[in-house]
Amino acid sequence: TIDQEEVDKFGKLAQKWWDRSGEFGALHTMNNIRIPLVRDALAPGQSLFTKPLRGLKLLDVGCGGGILSEARANSSPLARLGASVTGLDASAENINIARLHAAHDSLVRENTDYICSPVEQLPESLWETYDAVVASEILEHVSDAQVFISSCCCLVKPGGSIFITSLNKTQASKFLAVFAAERILRIVPEGAHDWDKFVPIDVLQSLLRENGMTTQLLHGIKLNPFNLKWSWTSDVSMNYALHATKFHPES
Amino acid sequence: MMAGKRILMLEGGPEKTMLQAPPAVFTSRTCALSPATRRLLESFGAWQNIEDMRYQEVKRMQVWDSSSDSMIAFNHKDLSNDLAYIVENCIIQDAILKQLETIEDRVSVKYDCRVQAYRLPSVNPNSDSQHLAEVHLSNGERLQTRLLIGADGFKSLLRETAKIHTVNWDYDQLGVVATVEVAEEMENNVAWQRFLKTGPIALLPLSPKHSNLIWSTSTKNGRNLLQLPHDSFVDAINRAFWTEDDKNPVADYASKTFDSLLTGVGLDGSSSQQLPPAVVGIEMSTRGGFPLGLCHATHYVGNRIALIGDAAHRVHPLAGQGVNLGFGDVTCLAEKLSNAVSNGCDLGAIDHLMEYETERQRQNVPVMLTVDALSRMYGSSFTPIVLARTLGLQAVNALSPVKKFFMDNAAAAS
Repeated sequence: TIDQEEVDKFGKLAQKWWDRSGEFGALHTMNNIRIPLVRDALAPGQSLFTKPLRGLKLLDVGCGGGILSEARANSSPLARLGASVTGLDASAENINIARLHAAHDSLVRENTDYICSPVEQLPESLWETYDAVVASEILEHVSDAQVFISSCCCLVKPGGSIFITSLNKTQASKFLAVFAAERILRIVPEGAHDWDKFVPIDVLQSLLRENGMTTQLLHGIKLNPFNLKWSWTSDVSMNYALHATKFHPES
Repeated sequence: MMAGKRILMLEGGPEKTMLQAPPAVFTSRTCALSPATRRLLESFGAWQNIEDMRYQEVKRMQVWDSSSDSMIAFNHKDLSNDLAYIVENCIIQDAILKQLETIEDRVSVKYDCRVQAYRLPSVNPNSDSQHLAEVHLSNGERLQTRLLIGADGFKSLLRETAKIHTVNWDYDQLGVVATVEVAEEMENNVAWQRFLKTGPIALLPLSPKHSNLIWSTSTKNGRNLLQLPHDSFVDAINRAFWTEDDKNPVADYASKTFDSLLTGVGLDGSSSQQLPPAVVGIEMSTRGGFPLGLCHATHYVGNRIALIGDAAHRVHPLAGQGVNLGFGDVTCLAEKLSNAVSNGCDLGAIDHLMEYETERQRQNVPVMLTVDALSRMYGSSFTPIVLARTLGLQAVNALSPVKKFFMDNAAAAS
């Protein structure tokens, strides 16, 4: 499912992953939305404990510079919440950056490891071993959504979860998320998104169903372009977050 | 929420023995705690310790001018709610330290510490050179931490090391404090403050027989006051509260006219003026003085650092807001850090620290400016200014909604 052009494109931007005010600034701030989403879904009502995700095995697909498994330089929200996190990215450069930053923080170092590989090439031994797979802001970059989704779902344990954040394929996203965000507001690097690759939500949901997943939650998220803060919205025509769980034969 | 996090407190002074009972003599360094501060202290049990020792609630506050008879009185209806609580500093500290002992597994205190230097990580998150904040102690020890909280006072070394810009000035005033004995035993729950040309003088209730004096005056006059024999000092206090020498005839006349005007339209101008108690004595060796200044740090946070209390802002004591602003910082920072932890953020990450800074500066700066403006306005004997403040004070006093607004703000200021 890997598009080599896309891998190179983001590899080149790799040094900028950690610059909070730079081109990936909006991705950093998205953690305020997606970390609580993952935390509250996997450990409901437990947010008062320091390590609510303790003992859970998570895979961060397309981890990039590790923003999600590494919120900012030297911090790793999911790992810090107790999960053992594997960051997966097809770009060796991204993986190196992510490793470098994880190495700074002992708390994070012990709980994270990184693999440089496309998701569909992970060995069969890893199938059904993850409590949750997180694919954040990656689906819109893959060339074959069908293979990508089924590979991700394969890795989830029965009863486990998948979390996806992405961009819907609508006229609104074509104009606002691609044209306006890249050319006018410049909050996303130019050429970062190719609208043709976006996956419509209904297509995603049927792909998930085919792979034995049930959607638990689907919410729109919106970005305030001025302070780069994300918030929840009922409108899913642009950015959205989805949580689905895998059918568990015994439950 | 902070379970699993370890906190080290560096204290410059020696370890103190816990108080079994309040000190025999009322100490002269006190704070006027706002109801918001009381709520914070209650939230972790320290207020109970204060109650077990001693404190005095303030039900009414009367502020008046020496240039005219204009005055303003603050109180809730029927004196039902407390405006503030006067508590001795040593009792506040003791109350908090007692609570710290109950969480010894998470908070440890190092006494007699001298910080020699701080080494702070570079602002650029891409820089790989150094990543945690480092504290070098004078005994050679080096400590590393994710977040350094600077509560090191208005001369903050941490603030200086972080090269945080400050705006500050000296008022060329000295705050003279003492524990005084008041004439007749009474229900002592009124805070009195009179603005003299040289600065405000205040009497805060401590007990039926004792009050705390806070007299802000010119440095020269302050030094004299500290030297005076007891009897003369007591006379000076009483004179300051009663003197008519500062009267400005224009303002006085205007005030009286305005008063009859207010009464004419049915607004109660100045009817409820009360007289402060006479001071009859002073407790031995409670007299002290400290210089007054204003300091505003343009930033409260930096990479892995946050400033709280006087390290971030220092105000004139005339409104008794300094300590409450500081406790307000604590409330806000604790909330931001809890959020950060529950989202798996690094405690020292700049994002949530920035939120703390924005929220607090929005609160603190207007208070600081108001307090500073008051001290300047009342420091003047220039007739138009005297006139403006005289009539302004009278008008505010007569208009209860405006007054309520001020009072609610003072009570909520945290």
